[in-house]
Order: sequence, then structure tokens, then C-alpha cells
Amino acid sequence: MSRTAYSIKDDLVENRLFINRVVTAFTIITVLTLVLVVRLIYLQIVGHEHYASLAKENSIKIVPLVPTRGMIYDRHGKVLAENTPSYSLELVPEQIPDLEDTLHRLQKLLTISDEKIESFQKQRKRQKRFNSTPLLIGMNQEELAKFAVVRPYFPGVDIRTQLIRHYPYGDLAAHVIGYVGRINEAELKELPIAEYRGSTHIGKIGIEGSYETELHGKTGYAEIETNVQARPLNTLHEVDPLPGANLYLTLDIGLQKMAYDALDIYNGAVVAIDIKTGGVLVFASRPGFDPNPFVVGIANSAYQALQTSESQPLYNRALRGLYPPGSTIKPFIALAGLEYNTINAKQKLFCPGYYQLPNVSHRYRDWKKGGHGAVDMDQAITQSCDVYFYRLAASLGIDHMHDFLQQFGFGEKTGIDLVGEKAGLLPSREWKLNQRNQAWYPGETLITGIGQGYHQITPLQLAKATATLANRGKIVHPHLLDKIVSGTNFGPELETGAAVIPLKPANIDTIISGMVNVVHSAYGTAKGINRNIDYQIAGKTGTAQVFNIKQNAKYNENEIDFKLRDNALFISFAPAHDPKIAVAVVVEHGGHGGSVAAPIAGQVIKEYLKTGHEN
Amino acid sequence: MKTEMRREQFQSSSLLGNLLRRLHIDIPLFICLLLTAMLSFVVLYSAGGQEISLLLRQLARIGLAFMLMTVLAHINPNQFKRYSALLFGSGIFLLIAVLVMGQIGKGAQRWLDLGFFRFQPAEMVKITTPMMISWYLAEHSMPPKAKQLLIAGILIIIPTLLIAKQPDLGTAILVASSGAGVLFFAGLSWRFMLSILAVLASLAPIIWHFMREYQRARVITFLNPEADPLGRGYHIIQSKIAIGSGGIYGKGWLGSKQSELEFLPESSTDFIFAVFAEEFGLFGCVGLLILYLLIIGRCLYIAAQAQNTYNRLLASSLGFTFFVYVFVNIGMVIGVLPVVGVPLPLISYGGTSIVTLFAGFGILMSIHTHRKLLPI
Repeated sequence: MSRTAYSIKDDLVENRLFINRVVTAFTIITVLTLVLVVRLIYLQIVGHEHYASLAKENSIKIVPLVPTRGMIYDRHGKVLAENTPSYSLELVPEQIPDLEDTLHRLQKLLTISDEKIESFQKQRKRQKRFNSTPLLIGMNQEELAKFAVVRPYFPGVDIRTQLIRHYPYGDLAAHVIGYVGRINEAELKELPIAEYRGSTHIGKIGIEGSYETELHGKTGYAEIETNVQARPLNTLHEVDPLPGANLYLTLDIGLQKMAYDALDIYNGAVVAIDIKTGGVLVFASRPGFDPNPFVVGIANSAYQALQTSESQPLYNRALRGLYPPGSTIKPFIALAGLEYNTINAKQKLFCPGYYQLPNVSHRYRDWKKGGHGAVDMDQAITQSCDVYFYRLAASLGIDHMHDFLQQFGFGEKTGIDLVGEKAGLLPSREWKLNQRNQAWYPGETLITGIGQGYHQITPLQLAKATATLANRGKIVHPHLLDKIVSGTNFGPELETGAAVIPLKPANIDTIISGMVNVVHSAYGTAKGINRNIDYQIAGKTGTAQVFNIKQNAKYNENEIDFKLRDNALFISFAPAHDPKIAVAVVVEHGGHGGSVAAPIAGQVIKEYLKTGHEN
Repeated sequence: MKTEMRREQFQSSSLLGNLLRRLHIDIPLFICLLLTAMLSFVVLYSAGGQEISLLLRQLARIGLAFMLMTVLAHINPNQFKRYSALLFGSGIFLLIAVLVMGQIGKGAQRWLDLGFFRFQPAEMVKITTPMMISWYLAEHSMPPKAKQLLIAGILIIIPTLLIAKQPDLGTAILVASSGAGVLFFAGLSWRFMLSILAVLASLAPIIWHFMREYQRARVITFLNPEADPLGRGYHIIQSKIAIGSGGIYGKGWLGSKQSELEFLPESSTDFIFAVFAEEFGLFGCVGLLILYLLIIGRCLYIAAQAQNTYNRLLASSLGFTFFVYVFVNIGMVIGVLPVVGVPLPLISYGGTSIVTLFAGFGILMSIHTHRKLLPI
């Protein structure tokens, strides 16, 4: 090393420089310490009297006044989330002559468990004697009445009323409304401290989470004069809290119930959108869960049960569930074929029951053994002919399919006002190269044409695309908030850009009439739902494979394990020529789209168009 | 001649002194640290609501810290020098690992969970950064040239930004100042330091732009805490009341009303000085500051006595960083600096910070007790 080259003189210079710096540093440190001392003198000698009077004798304490949380209503003003009084029995140890005796008598009167007494004792020891400590939380009417009678014999024991969040519809719309829960440490760090001093709960998911700021309101405070022990004496000044705004959703809870009940034993999701406004009418994910226990703090065992349940009730299928679209993609592929002039609607393609790529032995099978014969576009949609769409996809190519489908929002978040939305996956050459480092194979183009393979949608996304198709290319932006009602009225910030996909009217008409025939023609795959209506429904069934069946293997849905059965899908809108509502249904392991998913959509549409639901 | 005498002095010292020297313990520093640690228990007992379990946990931590200090004091400082770059590199790697894991796990992430215990890489970096800069500069002659300054600057900025991104502003400041300390002691020219300050001042608006909302709120509240009595101002107002009401003599041990009434938040961690000042008054505060000055003075003395550039730079920087700790914490609690999460060194409850501090003192003791007592 070159250090040996340094002369002793260099070392001495370095040494002197260093000692110099050490002395300087210590001087600076001493001066800065003196600054601290000067400040301390200012606080503790000059300001002592001022601060002592603030701390000692009667000091002023600032107490936050928590605002009442805003209510959540559906589009018809039905209450979805409210604040209900909850009664708790509270004891002020200081005012109780004989605490042990009082506890003993209360235990006998109201049959309180030993555990509760114990946890009360624990909590009491951590608090001041003049603070009120709860013994029983969430008392029922009987307990209230029992105590009311003997109240004079219990000095220092009182009933306290508190507002807690309540969701009257329970599991019906838990995924949309969400719930509030105790603020946790991570949230505390990110929250504006001033606004949440005093607040115990915060919106966790759903609308409660998305519109936390609006629902929470503005915290006020009271300046309270207190004595040495911080016992409140009187209130000097109050700034009232500003209650949280009330939210009106576009959701129709009656319709939601109908869809939720219609899903019945199946797991799945139903999303219905008001095409004219983009307002979401139904946003059902089954199974749901009861959000009410989350408000008071769900028991660990109950939470574990929800978490580990095989049907995953906490999982918002409508928002986050990823499914292959199956044949519901066909109207969009057909429209792409027309728009790119790849095919003529009248042109007939022959379906022998399978399709083979040139020089490849693999047979891409049609769902109908023996095939559909020669079919034009209308028949291909009506009967959901796979071979027609294999051929169409092969001529379109993946690039055109990707670009066209992307315009309808496939592979992208819809931007609905709920957190945690999944974007789904719209495959492309580029995606496959980036993600899998593989080239795109022609066979993958074929199966993308019938909605299998890599393509994944969320039910919400499917509903949005359907609504946009029904809206003749004018993009529909789904949202749940209808209006905010507070001191200052203001509505949601809607995406008003109203982008339009350039589509030829004649082409749209062709597709819509194909979809009408799915429901209203004799060969339609969803002809079961066309009864008792004086308007037309346009729809498309989908049956998406959950697993791959071996070549030439027979598929008998009755013999197959339930969990391996196909997902049933259905997209629809009505009335076909003046569309008001678009519905997408996904039923996990439902089997056929026409027999399981379509009736659910049918019920929702009929109920909505009956009367009274529109407005 | 002088060293001969010193050696004799050493030999004739007491049995205990002999033992401590064998353990490579520097007695004056050791006594100061012991005093401060004992003071820590006294204050914590009061600030923590007279909870014994809190004290036991702190005792376990301080015990571990003392052990680590002794172990490090045994290691020859040349070993520290040798592994400086490696240790610094691993620290940076761990910081990145924590950031990446944090991205996956959402929100702030400072910990690396090793299963049996949780490790905070930022703490390690507090020591490895000055080691790295000292090592790098010691390879060249003092004072450092422009090129070395540039490289050293980059070496400081990398860990600082990584920690600031966690986000942990307090630790970032400590790491930056530990590196900057090395530069100062290496003989950075005053003109250069002034121009850096000027550049930083002009960068302020840009830094402001990149700050998190809550960090901005802290600066704003610092300028006018009374404007936000429920929010950010709450800490400062309450701690000023606690300190001011303590007066000259204080309210006596266990006499803190503010912390007892839970007016004073974080009374056993970052804001423990307020409790101390309330109970022991101006006299106590000045006493504590003198104790801190003694520790810092001893560190700088060790640095001045050190026999090579690496040891000097590292020792002086560790002492300097200790002062930054004290100044930033007390400055915050008494309302002359913004609220940043820096504990009061050796007194505040918890944190791995106490272990890191003692590790630093271990290195200082190693530097001091491994000197070769040869005539120059």
C-alpha cells in the first residue's frame, strides 16, 4: 500500500488537522448543548408559571368530539348501513362503596360469566378510579329492564348508550357495503391524527372503505376545564363535530336479494348495470358473510372459520374472481370479425364437429358431437358453434382479437369505486413473450376465440363489456355511488368523457339480433327465459372449462366430481332495442350456462323491468 | 518515557481495573454508560406507569447490549477495518431486501423476520456507514480530494435514501450524519461545507415535494403547533407543558402528572425526556446533558488518542452521531426541532437502537484498548 510513501511530516499535518477538528467539533457540540439549556431555562424558569398553571390546578383538556358516521342507502332509500344504539353496563369504581359486593350482586342479577368479571377487573386496574369501565357490552332488552328496576341500589353503576354500526342486510351485500372495524396500528400511522383522535372505527373494505373520508365527517373538540386529577369540571368552549355525509348507492337491494337468492346453493357472482348511467344495480357475490361481527371485533375462531372455509365467503367474486369468459366472448369476437371485414354475416362456415389446423393432428372439438353443419353468424351465436369461432379466430389472428377486445375493457380494471379490483387478463403476443418468454402458438388463437385459454375476466368486467355492447359502443363506466348528501350537496365525480368505440351500426344490429335469438329462437341456448315478457332479451350463454378433458375422452357431467364441473356464465341486456339493464352471471361449477346462469339473469331483468325499479 | 510511566500506572491499578482492562473495557466510558443505563431504569419506572415487566424487558435488552459491547471490544479494530466494505455491502443488501418485502407486504416495512428474531437492517447501517466511509477515506491522505468526496457522498446517500423510503426519517438523519461526521473529521474544508449547506437549502423545495403527507404535516405543525391542538401539535404542546411545569427542581421522582394522566403520548419512548424534565427539573436536565457531554467527550478523546486514520475517523464519527441522537431527540421534545422519530439514547424504552448504540461503544473501546503502547 502507498501509505509507507507518506512522510512523517504528512502524518503530523494529518494529525494536527484531526485534533483541530476534534476540538472544533466538541466546541460546536457544547454550544449546541447550551442552546438546549437556554431553551430549557426558557421553559422551566421563564415559562414555568404559565405551564405549571396549565398542568396543575384547573387545567384545560382538549377532548375530541367524534362525529356520527354517515348512513348508507340504496337507490330507493333503503338503509344499508346505520348507527344503532348499543347499551353497556359501566361501573365507576370511585363511586362504589363495596366493589366486590356490587360485582357479586350484579353477577347474580344478570348472570354474568366469571370471564367477564375477570376482564373487567383487569381493565379497571389500568384506569383511573373515576373513569367509567364497561362490564357488559351489547345488553339486550331483558337485561336492561332487569337492571332498570334495581338501579337505585347500585350507586356508581350505570347504563351507557353508544352508537355502533349495523348492517341490516347481513351477508346480502357485505362485499359491496363492506364494514367498519377497529383502527389498527398500520392504519393509525397513515391516518390524519387530528381527524381520528377519538375515533375507534374506520371503514375497512367496500363502500365503507372507499368513501371513508365522506362517511367519517369532521371531528370537533371541546375544551374542558379539569382539576388536578383530570376530573372534568366544566366545558369552556366547543367546536361541534360535522357529521359524516349520507351516501346513496345506485345499488337496488331488492334486486340484489333476488340475484343472491337465485344463486342459491352455488358459489358465484351476479353484476347488473344500469346502461344509461353506469350505476351498478346488483353486485352480488355468493357466499357472502355477515359483516356485523367485524364491527365489534370478530372472534378469532369465527374469523378462522371464514378464512379457511372452502367456499371462501370473504372473497369478493364479483370484483376479484377470475374466470375464463367461455362462449360469452363470442358476440365480441363476431363483432370483431365484422368490423375488421374478416367475415360476412351471411357467409356460412361448415362445422363437422371439430376443427384442425393445417398439418396438425390435434382436433379442436365442438361442444356438439357431430357438429352444427353449415352455419352463418346468426346461427353460430344462437347455437354457440365452436368450430365457426375457431375458424373466425384463425382468420382474425390474436393481434386483432386483442386490440378489439381491449376497447371493451377486457384485461383492465373498470375503475369502479371499490378497492381491490382485479384487472383480469387479456392475452396477447406481447404478454406471452414478457410473462412466459414464449412465442404465441396458433392453437392458442383458436381457444381464445371461444373464451378459453389464458383469457380471464371478472364478473364486473364482463358486465361492463356487455353494457358497452348494448350501449352501441359508448363505453359504460360502472360505479356504485349515486349521490352524497351532506351540508353541501355534491355528486360523485363521474367519468364524463363518454368515449365511444367506433362501430358500424349495421354490425351492432347483426350481433344484437344474434343475441336476441339466443333467448328467443327455437335453437337458442337460453330459450328457457323468454316466457311472460313483452320485450326482448339479448343474451349469450357460456360454459367454461375448469379443467382439460383428454382428447377423445367422454364427458358426462353427472359422473364428474362437482368441483371439476364447468363454470356456467351468461351475459344479457334488455330490452334488446332500447337497453336499460345489462347483467353478467358467473356460476362456479354450475354446468351449462343456459340452464343455470341464464335463469338468474332472467329473474333480475324481469324484476327490474317490471315497474318501480327504474328511476 | 511517558508511555513507560503509563504502563506502570496500568500495572499498579486495582484488581477490578485490571480485570476490566483484560476485558478491553474503557473504564471512564463504562462508568458513564452504566450511570446512564441506571438512570434509564429510574425514569422508565415512572414513565412506564411503574410496570416491572417493562423494566425487565429493558434490562434484558441492556444486558444483551453490554454483552455485545464486550465482545466487540475484544475484536482488534483492524478486523473492523478489514470487513468494513463487506459489512456495508451486506447492510445495503438487507435494506433493499426489506424494501422489496415491504412492497409485497404493503405499507411501511423496517423489519426482517428471521424466524427466531426480528432484525432491523437500518440499525446495522448506522454503524456500517461510518465504517465504510472511514475505510474508504483512510486509504487516501487527509484532507480528502474532490473525487473521494464525491464517492463518499454517494456512499452516504444510498443507505440514507433507502431508509428514508421505509419511511424512517429519524434513522435516515442519523445515518446521514454519521457519514457526514466522518467527512467533517477527515478535514473537509469549511468552504465546501458552506456550499453544501447552500445547495441543501436550495434543494429544500424539492425535498418538500418528495415528502410524505404526514412528514409535511410534522414540519407545518412544528412551525405552529398550537394551530392543530388535536393533531400533530398535541405531542409538542403536551411535552412543553410537562417540561415547563417541572420548573427548576422538578416534581420529584414518580411526580410526573402529565404522563400519569396520559396527556403525554409516547412517554416511555420518544418523549421520555419530557417526563424526565418534569420530574427532575432544570437541574436534572442539565445533569443529564453533562453526562451526555462526558460520554461524547470521552469518545472524542478516544478518537484523538487513536493511532491510525481509520480508527480516528470511525471513533470520532461514532461520538458525533451520539450527539446528533441527543440533540435531535431533546430538540424535538422541547420544541426547537421538528418531530422525527429518534429515541433519547440510552434512556428511551425499547428499540434495537440501544443495542446498536452499545455496539458503537464496543468499537470505541476496542479502538482504545488495542493501542500499541510503543514510543512514537
